[in-house]
Formats: sequence, structure tokens, C-alpha cells
Amino acid sequence: MALLEVENLQTHFRGADGVNRAVDGVSFEVNSGETVAIVGESGCGKSVTAMSILRLIPEPPGKIAGSIRFNGKDLLKLSDREMRDIRGNEISMIFQEPMTSLNPVLTVGRQIGETLRLHQGMNKQQAEARAVEMLKLVGIPEPERRVKEYPHQLSGGMRQRVMIAIALACNPKLLIADEPTTALDVTIQAQILDLMRDLKRTVGAAIVIITHDLGVVAEVAERVIVMYAGRKVEEAEVGRLFRNPRHPYTQGLLGSMPKLGSSLTGEETRLQEIPGLVPSLKKKLDGCVFASRCAYATDLCLKVAPGLEEKAEGHIAACHYALKESVAA
Amino acid sequence: MSAPILEVNDLKKHFPIHGGFFGGTTGYVYAVDGVSFSIARGETLSLVGESGCGKSTVGKAILRLFDITGGQVVLDGQRIDDMPSGRLRPLRRRMQVVFQDPFSSLNPRMRVRDILAEPIRNFGLASDAADIERRVGDLMDRVRLPRDAVGRWPHEFSGGQRQRICIARALAAEPDLIICDEAVSALDVSVKAQIVNLLQDLQKELGLAMLFISHDLAIVEHMTHRVAVMYLGKIVEVAPKRSLFAAPKHPYTEALLSAVPVPEPGAQRERIILKGDVPSPIKPPKGCRFHTRCPYAFDRCSRDEPVLRQTEEGHWAACHLHDRPAAENPLAGERGAAVIAHH
Repeated sequence: MALLEVENLQTHFRGADGVNRAVDGVSFEVNSGETVAIVGESGCGKSVTAMSILRLIPEPPGKIAGSIRFNGKDLLKLSDREMRDIRGNEISMIFQEPMTSLNPVLTVGRQIGETLRLHQGMNKQQAEARAVEMLKLVGIPEPERRVKEYPHQLSGGMRQRVMIAIALACNPKLLIADEPTTALDVTIQAQILDLMRDLKRTVGAAIVIITHDLGVVAEVAERVIVMYAGRKVEEAEVGRLFRNPRHPYTQGLLGSMPKLGSSLTGEETRLQEIPGLVPSLKKKLDGCVFASRCAYATDLCLKVAPGLEEKAEGHIAACHYALKESVAA
Repeated sequence: MSAPILEVNDLKKHFPIHGGFFGGTTGYVYAVDGVSFSIARGETLSLVGESGCGKSTVGKAILRLFDITGGQVVLDGQRIDDMPSGRLRPLRRRMQVVFQDPFSSLNPRMRVRDILAEPIRNFGLASDAADIERRVGDLMDRVRLPRDAVGRWPHEFSGGQRQRICIARALAAEPDLIICDEAVSALDVSVKAQIVNLLQDLQKELGLAMLFISHDLAIVEHMTHRVAVMYLGKIVEVAPKRSLFAAPKHPYTEALLSAVPVPEPGAQRERIILKGDVPSPIKPPKGCRFHTRCPYAFDRCSRDEPVLRQTEEGHWAACHLHDRPAAENPLAGERGAAVIAHH
């Protein structure tokens, strides 16, 4: 049994001008100790998927349907109280903005200790001692001093380390990281990715990393889920996905990225564009969600939505024309 | 070689910090501290570095969005940093800017037509109303937006389309130089590619010079002719693109290249993970500003500040390592491929 099984997740938001189908029928699994990346552009529903798992979507206007089984329990059927016991304890989350996700008027020690006192029943002294350990674990120098400091006294990279310390304090089985390095500079991003790889080895939690950066995906993930317009369009082991992307959208994403080192290999070509825009999520689409931007689209694509099919071992894609071989490039 | 369109000599911008009981100046942020470079006509120079390195301040100083603390800015042979604003006004036409956030840089109460017509009117480029209308239509073609969209408001456009409007507005003044300050950073991958391609096409069609300010090295490598790397208010290395990416001659550049995640799972590359954070520009370190994080620092680095010196034709770096014999200089060879990863 997988640690997390998401089945036909649908998170819709009711607004004045109709229903926004932010996530529309997404299924995936995460095994214990595995790192899965969910990748896609803004508005594809990747963050809403993450928020839905922890039930952080305000209902109403949101509405979550489908099932999310964690360790066999359906999270969508739990009471608010039972859900609170899971958040920050068995499943925890790191957000993009380390500046706004920490409480500015509490010391970092108190914020790390909060989850420990709540979930593990530690007293103040125990929680503080553990907070120091956690800061040491995430590589913050002089943890005994830093534990008494406030978020504004720390740099952006250090704050993100504190966020990770909070998330890992209760030894979660699943860590959801929503764009954990997007707000950071590249040298600091390298530090944090390095830290996440190290911690994965030592702590052993499963990680779901949400990102728009295919470079980050290649660095940390074992399996990748590509989302587009609220749907999962492709899923594969990371090496396979980058070597042999099956869905035209994934191919387009990879082709639109400039590659570092292109001037050395003489591969300087014009960047591939994906023409057009993401379709509105408010209209129910009959055909393939990507058809309006796809170079290979036919009448069939406009009429019938392709189902997810296994195109190769462990490699699934939702495209009528992605057969056993890659779509003609 | 023809004279450069833009020359910046020893540019300095120190922002005063106000504080204390009487609100006096208690110190300075040394945002830009002695930066020199030039841009030839039709050339793209990229300014790269991490947040707080002063790259945007350089852009704004050139545009004279504030007065500078020291140095010179010379546009096409005329010094503009100390020019009275009345005389500067016609020269402003020749350098235009595209900012990062296309949402906040367009006036929400102006239609696209008026946004594009404003610079044309301001600089008296059109002979009559019909000419303005014709020029606005041409600009829409140039940035590949439909002509009939000129009657719409900015909020009716997506992020990428708005950035096209910002580019069209910059082009409306018929500039010689465009400063792009993180102009594609806020855009999604697929839209980013569209805008990068557009900027490259426009540059070729119009022979524009460009100062491309960015933190994204892969985009920079794709776009640029030359690169200047900034760290804490100084340029630490400047070189033609290929030379910089193949053989970085400053340890900071090398570390930057090695830190960029590449979309190749399992890529074999040497990783240089810098320790700690960028020091504060209020109190930059003595000696070489990078010595507190440099993996190769030695005793001299904390004492003497290195100056930019040519290591080969057109390739300048500010690092004491190049005074050492090649055997003791880790940056002597072509290190680019090793840290970027190749197969």
C-alpha cells in the first residue's frame, strides 16, 4: 500500500462567474520515502492539489471531492479535530514565502516548539532543547543563539531552513514542499536543495515537491507528475520523463527552457514556444485540455478527452497520439 | 570599432541610511560601488548577480531615475549624469526600460492605445493623429499583438501579453538602448520563451543595444553577447558569453554556474555550494568582497581588494588567484563544462 493515494481529486471553487475547476480529476500515489515532484505552470492546479491534501482549502468557496488516503485513512472523511492531529505531525508543509509564513513576533525556537508541544506533549524546556537540535540538523550555525532570535533577524535562506526545521520537528511521514526555493537566490537555492537531499537520507520522509522549475525537478525528484489546466497529463520516473517525454505539453516545456551551457555545445537554437494561453478552467472542456495549443492536435483531440494510458513501463500520459514511441518531434 | 552607445565609468550609488534621534545619516548602503562597462550599438550586455548585488540600481542610475553618488554615465558621447533635466529630456527618448512586473508597470486606467501613444506624443515623433494611430498599429504588429486590441485595458491581457505591451511602449520612443530589468523573470516557462524570442527578434530587426539585467544564467546565456557578473556592488567578472561560460575566471561566477539546477537528471557535475549568505552592503567585507564565501580564499584576499584585470582578450576578472602560477590557480583552465555538466 502506498503512503498517500490520491484518487480522482477534484477541487472546485464556486465564484460569482461560475465554477473554477482548479483541480479536475487528479490521481497519484506517493510511496514511503519517495520524492515525487508535481510540475506545471501557474494556474495548473499544483498548489491547490497540495493544499487539498492537507485540507487547507477554505470550504466554501472551495469544494474537495474524490479521496485522499493517507496510511489507509481517507483524509476527506476525518473531522476537523482529527485533521489537526495530522497536520504538522504526520504530514507537514513548507511554503514558498519564508518571509510571510513565519510569525514575526515569536522567536524561531517558540515556533519550532509549538508543533512539538501540541503534537508530542513536550514541555517548554524539552521543546526548546529539541528546537536547538532541529536548527542544528538544518545547518544553522550557532543554534543556541539563533533559537532565541526573531524571523527578521535571519536571512531568507535561514528562514527557509527554519521552515524546514518546523516541518520536520515531529518526524513527519510526508513532507509537502510548495515551491520551497522559488523565492531564493540561486546560491541559496543550491544550499537548500542540498539540505533537502541530505535530510531525505537521514530523516526518510516521503517528499512531494511542487515546482515550476524543471531544473529543480531533475535535481531532487525520483518520479514526476506533470500537470496542465487542473489535470495530470503525464507521469514517469524522472530520467525517463526528461529523456523521452510523451506528452506534447511536457515536450514543449522542456523545449522552451534555455539550457545552461548551450554556448559551449553549440546547441544554441531558438527557444521553442508553446503558442497561445492556458484555457479557462471555468468552462467544461470536451476534448484534450492541451488541444488548443498543441501542434499535433486533430479533430479527435478537440472532441474526445484522452485518458491516461501507460505508454511505457511506469510511464503514463494523456494523449491520443503518444503511442509506444515519442510523438514525432 | 564605432563609439559605444553607452559608457559607464566608476559608477557609484550610496543610499544614505537615516536613523537615530534626529533622523540624521547613520551610514550608507553601498549599493553600487565603482562599476564600469560599455555597450556597443546593437550589443546585448547582461548584468547578472543575486538579489542585493546592485544590478537593478545600475539600471536605474543609467536611466537617471535618481542622481548618482559618483562616476559618469555617457550616452552616445554625451555625459548625462550631471545634465540638467531640461536638456536630458530629449535624450531620455533614446533609452527605454522594461521592468519585471507587467502588472504594476501599466496604468490600469489607460487603454493600450493611449499607453503606446503617450511616448509618441511626448517626444513629438508623429506628425498628426493619423500618424500616431499608424505608429500604434505598427507597434502592435512588432510585438505580435492583434491591432484591434488597442482599445482594450491592461487587465484584459495575460502576463505575457502585458509584457508585450510594455515592450511596445519602450519601442514607441524609438530608442537606441533598452534596459530590461528582470523583464522575463515573472513569466511562466512557456511564456518566457515567447518573450525571449520576441526580444531577440526585435534586437535583430531594429539593431537595438540592450542591457539585460537578470539573475537567470540560462536565459542570459541564451540572450546575450557579453556578461558582467556583479557581487556586492562591484563587477567581479566581465567577458564575452562563450568565454565566460566555458572558462569562468572568478570563483563567484564558477559557483553561480554550478548552482543553477540543470534539467538533466543524474547529470555529473562538480558542485560548489557556497557557505553562508551575501554580506550586508552596509558593511562590505574588507579586501575582496567575496572572500568570506570564497572556497579558494587565501590570506591576501582579506587584505587587498582585487581590481579587474584582463586574463585574456576581452575577459576581465577581479581575483588574486590569477597572480599565482597556473598550477596553484584552480581557475586556470576551462572550468565551465565541469560545473555546468555535460555528457
